[in-house]
Amino acid sequence: MKILAVETATDACSAALLWGGEIRLRYQVLPRGHTDLVLGMLDELLAEAGIRPPDLDAVAFGRGPGSFTGVRIAAGVAQGAAFGAGLPVVPVSTLAALAQRAYREWGAQRVAAAFDARMQEVYWGCYQLDGQGLMAETLGEQVAAPDQVTPPEGAGWLGAGSGWAVHGALLTRRLEACLSGVTPDLLCSAEDIARLGAAGFEYGRALPPEQAAPVYLRNQVAKKPSRVSGR
Amino acid sequence: MLTLGIETSCDETGVALYDGDRGLLEHRVYSQIATHAEYGGVVPELASRDHVRKTLPLIQELLHGARIARSEIGGVAYTAGPGLVGALLVGAAVGRSLAWSLGVPAVAIHHMEGHLLAPLLEPDPPAFPFVALLVSGGHSQLVEVAGLGRYKLLGDSLDDAAGEAFDKTAKLLGLPYPGGPELARLAEQGDSGRFRFPRPMTDRPGLEFSFSGLKTFALNTLDAVRREEGEISAQSRADIARAFEQAVVETLVIKCRRAVKQARCQRLVLAGGVSANRRLRAAMTEAMQKEGVRTDYPRAEFCTDNGAMIAHAGWLRLKAGERSGLGFGARPRWPLEEMRPPGGSGEW
Repeated sequence: MKILAVETATDACSAALLWGGEIRLRYQVLPRGHTDLVLGMLDELLAEAGIRPPDLDAVAFGRGPGSFTGVRIAAGVAQGAAFGAGLPVVPVSTLAALAQRAYREWGAQRVAAAFDARMQEVYWGCYQLDGQGLMAETLGEQVAAPDQVTPPEGAGWLGAGSGWAVHGALLTRRLEACLSGVTPDLLCSAEDIARLGAAGFEYGRALPPEQAAPVYLRNQVAKKPSRVSGR
Repeated sequence: MLTLGIETSCDETGVALYDGDRGLLEHRVYSQIATHAEYGGVVPELASRDHVRKTLPLIQELLHGARIARSEIGGVAYTAGPGLVGALLVGAAVGRSLAWSLGVPAVAIHHMEGHLLAPLLEPDPPAFPFVALLVSGGHSQLVEVAGLGRYKLLGDSLDDAAGEAFDKTAKLLGLPYPGGPELARLAEQGDSGRFRFPRPMTDRPGLEFSFSGLKTFALNTLDAVRREEGEISAQSRADIARAFEQAVVETLVIKCRRAVKQARCQRLVLAGGVSANRRLRAAMTEAMQKEGVRTDYPRAEFCTDNGAMIAHAGWLRLKAGERSGLGFGARPRWPLEEMRPPGGSGEW
């Protein structure tokens, strides 16, 4: 299986190529530099492997939540790259990918992932390791005030992501005894998008490229004026 | 080279296919007016969200309609600015990545260059050099066009763009968004003799525009009529619309007459959304005829934002060898004077 993965929703811009069970990664923390970097990363990965886009099976992308613009860049790149090569896309949750990284790097089997969503809210999701070594969602993703997030059940949860950096005290109070530790600096990586994307592809979760849609979680983004006319 | 053009700078998703031999093959525009109407103006985040949903399906529909396989695409052009940054980035990301995946060149296009070259899409196109009046919701500019990428700004708006003045005055008149075309329709019923609006900055030399005063003048006129009539009648509203439109049209005509004289140019090109205005076209054509100047404008659907003008400008630049790198940053503010004739690999 050959999966190309792209992730631009958080401060790190990254791309990964999964090929023959091995993952090659390009990863750089450069806020606002994603558009300069991401295609170059994809290009290098394929050149190194000596393959072209049509040789791939699918393009996986971090579908959010995260920066609205960043999520759209990932979706747009996935759409263009996949359509040009006649490939399907596999949307992967950025929160799940963060949890997957926490497992990969910290051995965490239960992860409470939180990204800072500004406006005194966090993007929130809880993930638990399944039998295949993949992080699976235990309750639906949400955007909520840190003291209103749905806490996971049981103990031994690792708090991960920028939400813990900004709202650590409130989240810790909310989770109380569930929590075993916190790693607030962990960022999302395309390596985990590739791994989860490959699983999604195997489970038949690939979509035609035009259906590569962002998941924002926050959908109330504009207020309607009480009076439109100036009469 | 068969060029795919993608335009997503504001609230319209536009795509088109242009080819040197066959000209414009096909184009599609998806307008987001319905999305923004209830907010009384463009909401940038909603515009971006719509673009990322619509761009690729529209490209697929375009290819299907033109009976073109994606493998036949020889190059991709996308609007990189100026415009709403989030909206621009959608078209840039999709367009640049598609070109990369197809293994074909890409080129980043200046939105206003697309507009000012749009009359070249028509039969019997004007030859260089010409003076262009770019009038839209975001711009009121007079530009001397010596050739592709050779632009000299002759005059600009000091405040509101012409289209912006139309939209704001329409709002004062209680017209639904987007008000410009609605105002023009209302003006049809208006009496041109009842009110007289000023012709801003025509009493002094120069090619600058200022339209924000007209909106204030409309407000004051409305207040005066309200004091007189109590409730403002439909006829009064139409009369104000007519007087406003007349003032904008005459101001633009006066400045264009000056501009073609100053540039010693025999051709004038109108472009941008406001150039679809019928009275402006008629008045300008008549005034220019008297000066011995030929006036060209794009068909109405290419006055507003569209993919055809981007495919066309992109084809011109790709044909001349211009290539954009793999980075696809957007430039929300991008002065037209920074444009250059086609070169090698651009920074954008």
